[in-house]
Amino acid sequence: MGSPVSFFFEVVISGLLAGVMYSLVALGFVLIYKASGVLNFAQGAMVFFAALTFVSLVERGVNFWLAIAITLAVMIVLGILTERIVLRPLVNQPAITLFMVTIGLTFFLEGLSQGIWGSQPHGLELGIQDQPMQWLADRTGMFVSQFDLFASAVAAILVTGLALFFQRTRIGRALRAVADDHQAALAVGIPLKQIWAIVWAVAGFVALVAGLLWGARTGVQYSLTFVALKALPVLMLGGFESIAGAIVGGLIIGASEKVAEVYVGPYVGGGIESWFPYVLALVFLLFRPEGLFGEKHIDRV
Amino acid sequence: MAGHIARGIGRPVAALLGAAALALGAGSALGQAKEQFIPAIGYWVGPYAPGGSGFFGGMIDYFELLNARDGGINGVKLTWEKCETEYNNARGVECYERLKNKGPTGATVIQPLSTGITYSLIEKVTADKIPMISMGYGRTDAADGRVFPFVFPLVTTYWSQNTAKIKFIGMKEGGMDKLKGKKIVNLYHDSAYGKETIPVLDAQAKKYGFTVTHIPVPHPGNEQQSQWLQIRQIRPDWVILRGWGVMNPTAIKAAAKVGFPRNKMVGVWWAGAEEDVIPAGEAAKGYIAAAFNMPGTTFPVMQQILKEVYGKGKGEMEDRSRIGSVYHTRGVVAGIIAAEAIRTAQEKFGKGKSITPEQMRWGIENLNIDEKRLKELGAVGLMQPLKVSCLDHEGGGAVKFMQWDGAKWNVITDWIPSDQSLVRPMIEESAAKYAKEKGITPRDCK
Repeated sequence: MGSPVSFFFEVVISGLLAGVMYSLVALGFVLIYKASGVLNFAQGAMVFFAALTFVSLVERGVNFWLAIAITLAVMIVLGILTERIVLRPLVNQPAITLFMVTIGLTFFLEGLSQGIWGSQPHGLELGIQDQPMQWLADRTGMFVSQFDLFASAVAAILVTGLALFFQRTRIGRALRAVADDHQAALAVGIPLKQIWAIVWAVAGFVALVAGLLWGARTGVQYSLTFVALKALPVLMLGGFESIAGAIVGGLIIGASEKVAEVYVGPYVGGGIESWFPYVLALVFLLFRPEGLFGEKHIDRV
Repeated sequence: MAGHIARGIGRPVAALLGAAALALGAGSALGQAKEQFIPAIGYWVGPYAPGGSGFFGGMIDYFELLNARDGGINGVKLTWEKCETEYNNARGVECYERLKNKGPTGATVIQPLSTGITYSLIEKVTADKIPMISMGYGRTDAADGRVFPFVFPLVTTYWSQNTAKIKFIGMKEGGMDKLKGKKIVNLYHDSAYGKETIPVLDAQAKKYGFTVTHIPVPHPGNEQQSQWLQIRQIRPDWVILRGWGVMNPTAIKAAAKVGFPRNKMVGVWWAGAEEDVIPAGEAAKGYIAAAFNMPGTTFPVMQQILKEVYGKGKGEMEDRSRIGSVYHTRGVVAGIIAAEAIRTAQEKFGKGKSITPEQMRWGIENLNIDEKRLKELGAVGLMQPLKVSCLDHEGGGAVKFMQWDGAKWNVITDWIPSDQSLVRPMIEESAAKYAKEKGITPRDCK
């Protein structure tokens, strides 16, 4: 074990890496919010559904990569069906209506997942051990998991890809237009229905990635739906519309909650990291109500 | 005149109706005489479904066995109705209210498999005079039957288990005197359930000279990096895992992540099922957990369940690989205890009759499942002998320890008795405090 200074750095680094895991979940929220202006309450259930589908296929002898492909196809179909059955009839409805619909979708997905695949927990190994890198531990006394680094690399690739998709493609620009105003987007010929289907499918893909990484850490079980709780303060802090915000917000939340738990927790009875991120996000909102990277809305009166 | 005619017709009609009512009543009374209703207030969906479905599956499988093999208990068929609580207190209370008056004599006994629901029902079952069994969970001080006549935290309480756990750690260290100066971390679920054992651990730390650090994990426990960083800093000799649900595999994985040896982690029995270790994969190898029921299908009673229930196309476990799992055999033990209490009550109040909940309370309180009876039941090794009394609503108190080898649990100790010299005074003190708060006059058990 290293010095108090190296321990502090270890706490911060582990917090940053944990924050990346939160960001992965937050990304799914951001995608849907950008396209429809609605907070998708069902994102946690989508993470659970994707991971459970994948692991159940693998346990039935399906090849790893084929299982990923099938699960991705399932998530895309789910996205399209969500648009057709749930969202299409609600075009131009208030955001709160769409939010309520996603609550219903949450319960439906949770029930569907367990109805199809059962309620038993499953182990999930991605071939990367969640163990400290010995060479780093020997040199610095710090324990950093190779799995955490792998998750960070995955998140980096995902964020870069999504950022390019939103900024550099026609669909991306169309998505942003739809998020601003459904009716105006329709008026200029943007195919709203297709856009929503695409974005829900992409959110399904992000849910699959998050589900695989979280599932490898905690096992694939119902409680994967709770990972959404970890993403909410990230969104509050980073802004609901910003992919970069999801990442930076995740890093800030992850690092600060770990530092708070390790150094402040013991003096106040511990267990503070369940509420500390929310307090931090709320304090932050006092100064930047739209979040770190959120868009500032100015309405003419 | 019309009234007179009506009265004239009315009399035979009333007589007929009366006779019919009597006949129906007699019929239902006859039907009632052959039925004993037990509600299955449990959970088969939601985050805790793996535990609930296994436990209630085992309990119902045992009732099915008795009905199929013996025609019930002395000819009284066991009947049940499931009610889904999703491990939610409010739903648990709702299920209780819905089912408490069902069956010919009402709900015979309640087993909610939830500490929260148990707490919510204590005053209700006492008022309704319906016994409630909380086997290995619930309120520890309810073991004092003078204050809690209708509540039975049977087999072992959390406090008893903890003293057995410290004895186990002492054994591993080479004697209880070797505990002096050792460091133990109690990693607990930040809830009433998780906090339940803090006083008894503190008392033992004082008695044996070890230090104990209590570290809470916020619900649901799917992120434990900071807790395990603290553990790494403390460098404990042992970690006691008092978890539930996803907290357990996450803790085991997090231990691997900071290089803490899994064979120095001892879990509570709610952290000691297949569902707690399989999600942790390779990291769970060597992990140890307490148990008051053993897993497996080699026990004669389990063989009979396979033959008489599953062999005939019945059985609660859709996934046959779960038959004989920790939660399933725990349910079988719950079934055995309930059935034996009914049998005991029938011995006193009339063989072949449906007993009332109050008579069942007597049956539980006079339960004596000794080694001989365990052999007759085909449950030697599956559970420990159990002798309940008016004073002692726990009855057993011993614990075994199991170790996960990556594929199955292996029993690594015999029954380790709890330290009742430490636990019992704490139970009585806590129960007396409860009695004072609630204005209860404790029964005289002499």
